[in-house]
Amino acid sequence: MISFLISIWRYLTRHVDNFLLGSIFLLMLTGLVTLYSATDGNLERLTGQAINMLTALSFMWLVANVPLRDILRLAVPIYVVGLILLIGVALFGEINNGARRWLNIGITHIQPSELMKIGVPLMLAWYFDRRAATLGTLDYVIATVLLLVPALLIMRQPDLGTALLIISSGFYILFLGGLSWRIMTGLLVSIAGSLPILWSMMHDYQRQRIATLFDPTQDPLGSGYHIIQSTIAIGSGGLIGKGWQQGTQTHLDFLPEKSTDFIFAVFSEEFGLIGNITLLFLYALVIGRSIVIAADASTQFTRLISGSITLTFCTYIFVNIGMVTGILPVVGVPLPLISYGGTSMVTILLGFGILMSIRTHATLVKA
Amino acid sequence: MKRKAELLNYPRQLYYFQQRLGISVGFIVLLFLLLLARFCYLQIWQYEHYQTLAEKNRISVLPILPNRGLIFDRNGEILAANYPAYTLEIIPSKTIDLENTINKLASIINIEIKDRKYFNKLVKENGGLESLPIRARLSSAEVARFSANHYLFPEVDLRARLFRQYPRGDAASHAIGYIGRINDKDLKKLEINEELANYRGSQHIGKIGIEQSYEKELHGITGLEKIETNSIGRSIRTISRTPPISGNNLTLTLDIKLQEVAEKAFGNRRGALVALDPNNGEVLAFVSRPGFDPNLFVNGIDLDSWNLLNNSTDRPLNNRALSGLYPPGSTFKPFMALAGLELKQRTPEHTIRDLGYFSLPGSTHRFRDWKVGGHGDVNIHKSLVISCDTYYYGLANDLGIDSIHDFISQFGLGKKTGIDIEGEAAGLLPSKEWKMKQYKKKWYVGDTISVGVGQGYNLTTPLQLAFATTILASQGKAFRPRFLKKIQDSSTGKIYKSVAQPLYTLNFEPNNFKWIKDALIDVTQPGGTAAIAGANAAYTFAGKTGTSQVVGMKQGEKYNESKVKEHHRDHALFISYAPAEKPSIVLSVLVENGGHGGSSAAPIARQIMDYFLLGKLPVEEATRIVDEEEGTHD
Repeated sequence: MISFLISIWRYLTRHVDNFLLGSIFLLMLTGLVTLYSATDGNLERLTGQAINMLTALSFMWLVANVPLRDILRLAVPIYVVGLILLIGVALFGEINNGARRWLNIGITHIQPSELMKIGVPLMLAWYFDRRAATLGTLDYVIATVLLLVPALLIMRQPDLGTALLIISSGFYILFLGGLSWRIMTGLLVSIAGSLPILWSMMHDYQRQRIATLFDPTQDPLGSGYHIIQSTIAIGSGGLIGKGWQQGTQTHLDFLPEKSTDFIFAVFSEEFGLIGNITLLFLYALVIGRSIVIAADASTQFTRLISGSITLTFCTYIFVNIGMVTGILPVVGVPLPLISYGGTSMVTILLGFGILMSIRTHATLVKA
Repeated sequence: MKRKAELLNYPRQLYYFQQRLGISVGFIVLLFLLLLARFCYLQIWQYEHYQTLAEKNRISVLPILPNRGLIFDRNGEILAANYPAYTLEIIPSKTIDLENTINKLASIINIEIKDRKYFNKLVKENGGLESLPIRARLSSAEVARFSANHYLFPEVDLRARLFRQYPRGDAASHAIGYIGRINDKDLKKLEINEELANYRGSQHIGKIGIEQSYEKELHGITGLEKIETNSIGRSIRTISRTPPISGNNLTLTLDIKLQEVAEKAFGNRRGALVALDPNNGEVLAFVSRPGFDPNLFVNGIDLDSWNLLNNSTDRPLNNRALSGLYPPGSTFKPFMALAGLELKQRTPEHTIRDLGYFSLPGSTHRFRDWKVGGHGDVNIHKSLVISCDTYYYGLANDLGIDSIHDFISQFGLGKKTGIDIEGEAAGLLPSKEWKMKQYKKKWYVGDTISVGVGQGYNLTTPLQLAFATTILASQGKAFRPRFLKKIQDSSTGKIYKSVAQPLYTLNFEPNNFKWIKDALIDVTQPGGTAAIAGANAAYTFAGKTGTSQVVGMKQGEKYNESKVKEHHRDHALFISYAPAEKPSIVLSVLVENGGHGGSSAAPIARQIMDYFLLGKLPVEEATRIVDEEEGTHD
């Protein structure tokens, strides 16, 4: 009987990468512990987040069990549907906090830009995989267009954070796919050249965010307030932190958005430098395992998609912590696996599901 | 297409991928190191800085106001008290819609336009960070009504505050003074004296009188409450508390009953009275009439009351006793007489024949005596008793202005006495030097003559006259006049007595003092200028009447009281002490436009003496008891 159950369990988890899952669990646990403190022990939020995690883990499990050729087949439909939805958002989207990000599809509200976080790299990886035999400069142009169209739509919503993440995830595909250094240099120059145009496209609040990045004190009660308070929280955490649930910045409400985008400040205030190093180490475990998976991947498609997912995950971490510690502007990027919120949790774990699928289906094939 | 061929090569493709992945890993390591460096910078290098900022965020230091010290009279009667009352207060910076909140509040509590104006003024002055009163002194019904509706007004606080109160109203108002709202000028002064920290949260400060001069004693030391607050400033808990130290209680030398007798004696006349103890300089009564109600000033005087006080021709806000300048008139004569004796220009026996005027040799200008035809033969005794002008014209001429100045300044005339409240006027005792400095003009011999009878350039305050009289009464001993009798330290309960401050002693010939005293006793006897006021006194009552001219009179013009407008009438003066053998009280009385010292100032003095020495309360107001007659003329 027991051996039967064990064999069922083995069957169900045969596509799960234990090392990756273990590291993810540790991060999620850290996230729940921090969230408990950030919400002053609000069990409702905590349960909500646990449900988010379980949902995301189910999606991960599901994707991990999908063979790669099916994932490859899904790439184009996901991208196309995502693009149509994005156009739909631009035309009929709901305005919330001055941004048009959500689409009401009757049963629920969805945020198509989240879907594109997976859709764009999948599409690009699919394209490169398909064109691998005859890859030319024109392909890079087409790939760039495939990347920029949804990115610009998202930037117009406006959702700078997501747009940047999508652009970078697409760029990682191009980069890993062998985009020549010459073209990259050219791209870099053209990006630098287009910065003024980008600036003119930006909304005032985005410009303000960038302006206050360089000097948060110029607007200490307005948009600079977030950064000032979060650096105070982190700095005052010191080496060992103030202790769990002891952060004064957190518990006296000086920290803004403390359970979502600024949750790192809560963690850092209460657990200090030692906590931060531990957290970076946990992330390093996830990243390290992902890189191993990417390096071992057998096809160009799986290599590109796993590499992009890994690097995007790193981008999340760096952009979020960079923002909270005041070295990057405030863009709405959550701390992966820690911040409260279901959508990004699902997106991220879908990515890891793909990684697991790549890992396990490849080994199964090899075996 | 070499490149194309390369890409077709799958191992080559793998090589490219692995190369790029390697670069990426290097980049990730670099970014992680960058984050790590940032953590170290914030959490190790800048730790102290951010620690301080976090504490500053978290901890608010709130002042706890000390209770202001109380003021008592010498017999323990309370002169300045504190009473608790409820106020409604708002912290403007933490109120989202101030206007709306106040309007809503006005629907349940009576808030007048005056209250709003005052509140807005405070907001402007304070910048809105402190808790400010929108309504003070709520009735118990209002307190109940607000308490029941407090949940509607989370931004409004009901606070029990202490209010200053002067239970005796206008009694001794010029001496006690009052407290008022701290203004910019007060702030600047506090800043200079480095006392600003102790006034955090204080809204009041002594403005005049004792309240001002003993501000340091009365204010106390502000306590501090360290509280933990959240980001919207709500207090979470108290971290530590340093209790305030109440201001010290003051006991004054004033006898408020005597003060009230004196004030009543003035009726509705303007004037001043200073009563001193010649044995130690204690101020027993300090009157300036009319007075004002100091309670009006405590929480900002309203415009109507202010206009009434400020525009009144009676000038109730002027402290006449302290800073009112009047020619001493004939009250100057005892000091002149003493100068004559001390400087050996006159002997007690020396007699002049008074024809009713004095002329300088070789001049036809006549300095007239108040009595047409003169007083006949006059020696120094008689000159004081009947207040002969001619005698002093001659004496002044013989002494010369500089020796008059030098001698009489020993009695404190023409300079501040140094009493312990602010705003004292110095007065003026003229000299050659002074005139040269002031007018760039030479002193004329003719100037000296009118100085001899207390006119001319002479200007004194009622306080100075009283001080000078104490020296006369105590036969040469000078004590600085003072209001403070003792201070009770509020934290230890210890009492610090204020000791008499002997300034100096004039070592004159005792007999000379005696000659003057004998004459001054006779002033209140039949035949003297204050005979009526002195009638049937049960103690020896020494005094000297005086009349000081308000408008100059032309040569030969006769002063006719009934013809002169009230405000142009002469001021009546009277200096006195009793009992003459062993004086326990000295008085100087001034009745503005009162006419003659003997008829309007001396009766006031008599009532006070009677009360002070015999405990006799006056039966009627000390108005002109009898009509004018030549004999009572000064």
